[in-house]
Amino acid sequence: MDRRTFIKAAAGVGVLSATGGVAAPAIAQRAGARVLRFVPQADLANFDPIWNTQYVVRNAAALVWDTLYGFDDKLQPRRQMVESEETSSDGLVWTFRLRPGLKFHDGERVLAKDVVASLARWQARDNMGLMTKEIQQELSPVDDRTFRWVLKKPYPKLLVALGKVGTPSCFMMPARIAATDPFKPIGEYIGSGPMRFVREEWVPGARAVFERFSDYVPRQEPQSWLSGGKRMLLDRIEWIVMADPGTASAALQNGEVDWWETPMADLVPVLKKNRNVMVDIADPLGNIGSFRMNHLHPPFNDVRARRAILTAMSQEDYMRAVVGDDDALWKPLPGFFTPGTSLYSEEGGEILKGPRRLDAAKRLLAESGYSGQPVTCVVAQDLPITKAQGEVTADLLRRLGMNVDFAAVDWGTNAARRAQKSPPGQGGWQMFHTWHAGAVCIDPSSYTAIRANGDKAWFGWPTSAKVESEITSWYAARSLDEEKAAIARLNKAAFEDVVYAPTGFFLAYQAWRKAVGGIVKGPLPFFWGVSKAA
Amino acid sequence: MLSYIIRRIVATVPVMVVVALFVFSLLYIAPGDPAAVIAGDQATPDDVARIRMSLGLDRPFLIRFGEWFWQILHGDLGTSIFTNLPVAALIAQRAEPTLSLMAVTLTLAVCVAVPIGVVAAWRADTLIDRVIMAFAVLGFSVPVFVVGYLLAYVFALELDWLPVQGYTPISEGLWPWFQNLILPAVALGCVYIALIARITRATMLEVLQQDYIRTARAKGVGQTGILFVHALKNAAVPIVTVIGIGVALLIGGAVVTETVFAIPGIGRLTVDAILRRDYPVIQGIVLMFSFLYVLVNLAIDLLYTVLDPRIRY
Repeated sequence: MDRRTFIKAAAGVGVLSATGGVAAPAIAQRAGARVLRFVPQADLANFDPIWNTQYVVRNAAALVWDTLYGFDDKLQPRRQMVESEETSSDGLVWTFRLRPGLKFHDGERVLAKDVVASLARWQARDNMGLMTKEIQQELSPVDDRTFRWVLKKPYPKLLVALGKVGTPSCFMMPARIAATDPFKPIGEYIGSGPMRFVREEWVPGARAVFERFSDYVPRQEPQSWLSGGKRMLLDRIEWIVMADPGTASAALQNGEVDWWETPMADLVPVLKKNRNVMVDIADPLGNIGSFRMNHLHPPFNDVRARRAILTAMSQEDYMRAVVGDDDALWKPLPGFFTPGTSLYSEEGGEILKGPRRLDAAKRLLAESGYSGQPVTCVVAQDLPITKAQGEVTADLLRRLGMNVDFAAVDWGTNAARRAQKSPPGQGGWQMFHTWHAGAVCIDPSSYTAIRANGDKAWFGWPTSAKVESEITSWYAARSLDEEKAAIARLNKAAFEDVVYAPTGFFLAYQAWRKAVGGIVKGPLPFFWGVSKAA
Repeated sequence: MLSYIIRRIVATVPVMVVVALFVFSLLYIAPGDPAAVIAGDQATPDDVARIRMSLGLDRPFLIRFGEWFWQILHGDLGTSIFTNLPVAALIAQRAEPTLSLMAVTLTLAVCVAVPIGVVAAWRADTLIDRVIMAFAVLGFSVPVFVVGYLLAYVFALELDWLPVQGYTPISEGLWPWFQNLILPAVALGCVYIALIARITRATMLEVLQQDYIRTARAKGVGQTGILFVHALKNAAVPIVTVIGIGVALLIGGAVVTETVFAIPGIGRLTVDAILRRDYPVIQGIVLMFSFLYVLVNLAIDLLYTVLDPRIRY
C-alpha cells in the first residue's frame, strides 16, 4: 500500500464513521424506525395547556397529560381516565371513579385529589369551567380513586366540558403542579399520558421531545381521536420547529422529517408529485374564516352597517384568497357552526347566499349614517390566512365606497390592538380578521366568538340578548333535537345581529412520508396508532 | 497596553447602560402585548388583562425598568415571559449553533475573499478581475434567503449531498457538525465574501503602487512573495476593519439564515421573541450582542498593533 492509497482509505473510513455511513446494526435501524420526526404548526414555546391556550400547546399536551373524558370521532365524550360515573336522579350529584393503575410520569399514582386540584385550575380559565364553578356546591375526593361533584343546578353538558377538544382542554396534573395560579405558568411538566416530556432536550423555538411512558395503561377500546386505547407504537417523537415552509417541504421530501402538520397550500402540488410523500386533509372539521367588526364604534355599532358587509361580501373571494384554486379545500358557509356536524344550521343564512348585492349594501351603509369616515382594518401580515382575508376586505370596502385605513401589523400587534376598546383614532379598531377551528365551532361550549354578552364578549364586544338566550337554551337542552332547535335559532339571531361575518369554511392538508402509517384525520395530530416502517 | 484594554472594557459599561435604556424604552413604546399572545385566540379580554397583571406588565415604566436593571446588575437577565425559563439559559442553549455558524462563515469568507481580492488586484482590469468583481456584485445583490433556497435545492434536494436543515452539536462529531453548517455558511458568507474581496482588491491596488513594492520587485522577490508577504500585510489594517464591521452584518444575516436552514440559534430566538413580545429575551439578546460587538471592536483595535507596529495605544 502506498502513501496515497493509505490516506484515501483512512479518510474514507473516517468519513464513513463520522457520518454513520457504515452499515448500522439491525437493532439500531429498528430503534430509528420508532423515532418519529414531526413538524408542528407552530413553536412549542410554553408547555402549560391551561395558562397558554394556543392549539400547538394543546396538541403537545394531549401526549403528556390525560383527560377524564375524550372526544371520539363522532364528537361524543367517552371515558378516558374515568372507569365509571354515577349521576343522582336530579342531576346534581356526580360521582366519578378513576381507572386502576393510572400513574404519573414521576411514578406516583394518580389520585382523586390530583383530579380535584386539576379541575379547580382548569375551571378558572375555561368558559365551561367557569360555568361549572358558578353552580358548584362541592368538589372533593371521596377516596383515592373516587371524587364527587355536587352542583346547585343540573349541568347536562358536564361530560362535554371534561372531554372537549377546544382549549383549554381539561388535562389532569399532579395536585402540587395544579396548585399553580392559573394565570401563571407551571414549571414542571408531569402528566399521566402515553408519552413523557423530555424537558432536558426541550429547546423552545426549535425542538421538543417526547418519549414513550412505559407505565401507561391504555384502555381496551379501539382508539378514536382523544378516546379509546392510546397505544404508542413509537418510542420517541421529536417535534422539530420549522418557521420556513420551504425548508419544511424540502426536509419532508428529503426524508429528514416524517410528518408535516400544516403544509402551505402553495407547496402542496410539489409534495403531491413526490412518490415518497402522502398528502391528505388534516382536519375534516376544518376552519371558519372570520371578519370581526367592532360593535362599540361607528359605523359597525349600527346593525345596518354590519348587514351591509354580509350583503356585499363574497365568501368565494375570501376562500380563494386563503386556499387558492383547490376547490376541495373550501365551501361557502351560510352559518356560524361547523358544516357536517350534527348541529350545523343555515337558518338565517340567506343573506350570504346568491349573487352579491353591492347597491343594496351601499344603501344600508348610507342608512346607517356612514359618510366617508376612515375605518381602521387591522390586518396581521405574518399569518397568510389573515393577510389574505384583510386584502379581500380592503377591496370590498373600497368598492362599497368606504374610506379604508389599512393597518398592516404583525400578529403580536394585532392581538394587542384588538383588545383596545378605545375609538379607532385613539388606538382602537373597526375590523380585524381571524379564523376559528371547526372543532371549536361544533357547539357553543368553547366557541367564545359566538358570544354576544357585550363587555364580556370576545373582541368586538357584540351585544345580543337573543343570541345569549339561545346559548342558554343549548346548555339546558336534554336531547339532540332540543340542541338542534336551539342552535338553529342561535344561528338566525347571530345573522340578524351580525355577531361577526363568516368568510367561509376551509380545510388544510397534512403531509407525511409513506413509511409512516396510522395517521388519521382529526382536529389535532393523534400520535397513538402511528407507526413508522424501517 | 494593559491599561488601554482595561480602559476600553470599563468604557463599555456606560455604552451598555445606554443600550439597556434604549432597548427597554423602545420595547415599552412598541405596539403589542405578550399577554394577548399567551392567552391565545379564544381568550376573552378579561383573561388577557389577568395575564397581563400576573406578568407585571401593567406597572409603570420606571418601576419595570428599575427592577430589570437591578437584575442586570446582579448578572440576571431575567426570565422569559413565554417559556418561563431563564433568559441566560435560553441564550446559552442557542449560542453554540450561532457561534458555530459565524465562525465557519467567517473562516470561509476570509479564506475565499482575501485570496480572490488579491488576485483581482494583481490582475486588475483583466478578465479575471472582472469575473471576480462580477461575482462580488452578485454576492452583494442576491439576498441571503435566495442563495439559501438555491443551495438547499441543488445540494440537498437534488444531489442529496447535504442536509436541508438542522444543527448537530460539535460534541456529536466534527463531520456531522460541519455537514449541517456548509450550506448555511456559504449562503451567509456570500455578502461577506463580496465585501471583503472588494475591500482587499481596492486596498491592494493602492499598496501595489507603493515604492517599497517596486523595491521588492527590484530585489527579485517573487510574485507570490510580493502579493502575500509584502503587499497583503500592509493592506491588512483596512481589511481587518471591514472584517470587524462585518461581524454586525453576520449577526443580522444569521437571523435569516437560521430561519431558512432551521438552525436553532440566537437569530431564530430573536425573531421568535420579537414576534411574541417576549421582552426579557429581546433585551437580553440585544445586550449580549452589543457587548459582543464592543469586544470584537476591541479585538480589532488590538490586532492593529500586531499588523502595524507604528500603531501604539
